[in-house]
Amino acid sequence: MLLLALDTATATATVALHDGERVLASLRAADARKHAENLVPAVQAVLAETGRARRDVTAIAAGVGPGPFTGLRVGLVTALSLGMALGVDVHGVCSLDALAAEALATGAVAEGEEFVVATDARRREVHSARYGGSPLRRLTGPQVGPAADVERSGLRVVGSGVPLYPDALGPRPGRAEDSGPLDVDAAHLAAVAAAALRGEGGWQLLPPEPLYLRRPDAVEPGARKRVTA
Amino acid sequence: MTVVLGIETSCDETGAGLVAEGRLLGDALSSSMSEHARFGGVVPEIAARAHLEAMLPVVREALTRASLDLSDVGAVAVTAGPGLSTAVQVGLASAKAFAFALDVPLYGVHHLAGHAAVDVLEHGPLPPRCVALVVSGGHTSLLLLGDLARDPIVHLGDTADDAAGEAFDKVARILGLPYPGGPSVDRAARDGDPRAIAFPRPLTRPSDPRYGFSFSGLKTAVARWVEARQGAGGDLPVADVAASFQEAVADTVTRKAVAACLDHGVDTLLVVGGVAANSRVRALAEERCAAAGIELRVPPMRLCTDNGAMIAAVGDLLVRAGAPASELRIPADPSAPLTGALLAGPWR
Ligand SMILES: Nc1ncnc2c1ncn2[C@@H]1O[C@H](COP(=O)(O)OP(=O)(O)OP(=O)(O)O)[C@@H](O)[C@H]1O
Ligand SMILES: [Mg+2]
Repeated sequence: MLLLALDTATATATVALHDGERVLASLRAADARKHAENLVPAVQAVLAETGRARRDVTAIAAGVGPGPFTGLRVGLVTALSLGMALGVDVHGVCSLDALAAEALATGAVAEGEEFVVATDARRREVHSARYGGSPLRRLTGPQVGPAADVERSGLRVVGSGVPLYPDALGPRPGRAEDSGPLDVDAAHLAAVAAAALRGEGGWQLLPPEPLYLRRPDAVEPGARKRVTA
Repeated sequence: MTVVLGIETSCDETGAGLVAEGRLLGDALSSSMSEHARFGGVVPEIAARAHLEAMLPVVREALTRASLDLSDVGAVAVTAGPGLSTAVQVGLASAKAFAFALDVPLYGVHHLAGHAAVDVLEHGPLPPRCVALVVSGGHTSLLLLGDLARDPIVHLGDTADDAAGEAFDKVARILGLPYPGGPSVDRAARDGDPRAIAFPRPLTRPSDPRYGFSFSGLKTAVARWVEARQGAGGDLPVADVAASFQEAVADTVTRKAVAACLDHGVDTLLVVGGVAANSRVRALAEERCAAAGIELRVPPMRLCTDNGAMIAAVGDLLVRAGAPASELRIPADPSAPLTGALLAGPWR
């Protein structure tokens, strides 16, 4: 198996290759917020690094967010188009799941500990979901709303929402906690997808469609303005 | 022979087309137009969501119609600008992924070059030189074209404010006609008298820029006339207003286009873009070109508005001319100026 994983839900585009057992290569683009420019070159780079050909890819996993819409669409349409051209399946993974998996893998949270992942949703809001259990799985969410409305119930919070909204999501009193992973790393997204494809762990694959969580902004026009007084 | 896949997502139409050697092999289109109707204009986020949903189905449909497989595609062309940024990005990302996965060249092209190139599919190769009148939803320009694939595009004149299509859309709103405005005004005008109201012919005095356009004042003149009539408590003669406005636009753009041909010793006029679908623009252009001994070329109606075939058509011209491929990291340019068929501009 050669799984290509990619994510564009957070600030940097990220790509990884996974052989079903372990991550072979992963990359996070240097310049943030340029997903459309960086993504395909990043795919090209991880394939070159591992000496694999594009035709060797057997499955694709893409982060479905939640995250800024334009970036999400770039990631998903890239994954879907690659999947169609290479004749392989495309799976969706909740991008917050990748952050949760990374928090556990890097020791930011303990095995079995319940915690919250919160990322920047712009407009003074965060995307959040609650995780826990062993094996780790998503318990509630994802949802979008003001940081102050996140029901953290005394739990540890990780993600880019933490430094943005320290009052609501920062370290618990008397604890030396950092924010854990801020942006998605496709290496962990690949691990989540590979486990789900093996039918192991607590992770679920999703359809390769964006988790927008918000309706499009659009207002119906009012009466036309007169040009004469 | 290289089969070019063209992808278009700059506004509210998701289009894919397949072209080889100037021949349209198949195309498909999905529009989110009806979802924008109640907002009176295209909502970028709604358009972009629709592009993502339609992108692969539209490519599949175009391939089916052409009886081709994706592996038959030898190059990918895509609108890299101008257009709504979030919408352009969907097609551009898809095109990059196809080009990379198929290991074929990518061409990031200028949307308006596609509007012009599409005529090749119906009427054969363009002459060595021609004047192009681009009248679309976002642009109104008179261009001097050489070899469309490689030469710099010379702007003889552009609109100073609104585009012709935009004026149609705004006048439709003033008259309470349904969205999209251009076709509604065209339809309403059929029963009207084009001489009923003498609306101004903008920028047609001798001291005005000879190839310049301006439609904002014309639109305001229509609004004033309508408000005055309504203020006086009279019934609004919608058909007459529509016909008179349409006449003012058609008269202005065709007069300037024919003048540009005569001034530059060019014997072919190409009229392209969504407003080239307008019945009066087509009829008046035909009449005036015939009188001046100019050959008129207008694409078939369905290829005048945005579609994938037009992007495949410009890609096909670039491939056959040996143009340099675009890099896989090219950015979208929502407000790209038109300097050549490649978004990056002319090349040698
Ligand atoms: N029959 C018609 N009469 C007048 N205008 C028309 C007609 N059909 C379409 N239009 C106008 O054409 C425009 C759409 O054309 P097109 O698809 O070329 O524009 P666009 O892609 O939105 O803009 P651009 O190509 O400049 O980026 C709209 O403004 C529409 O009202
Ligand atoms: Mg157009």
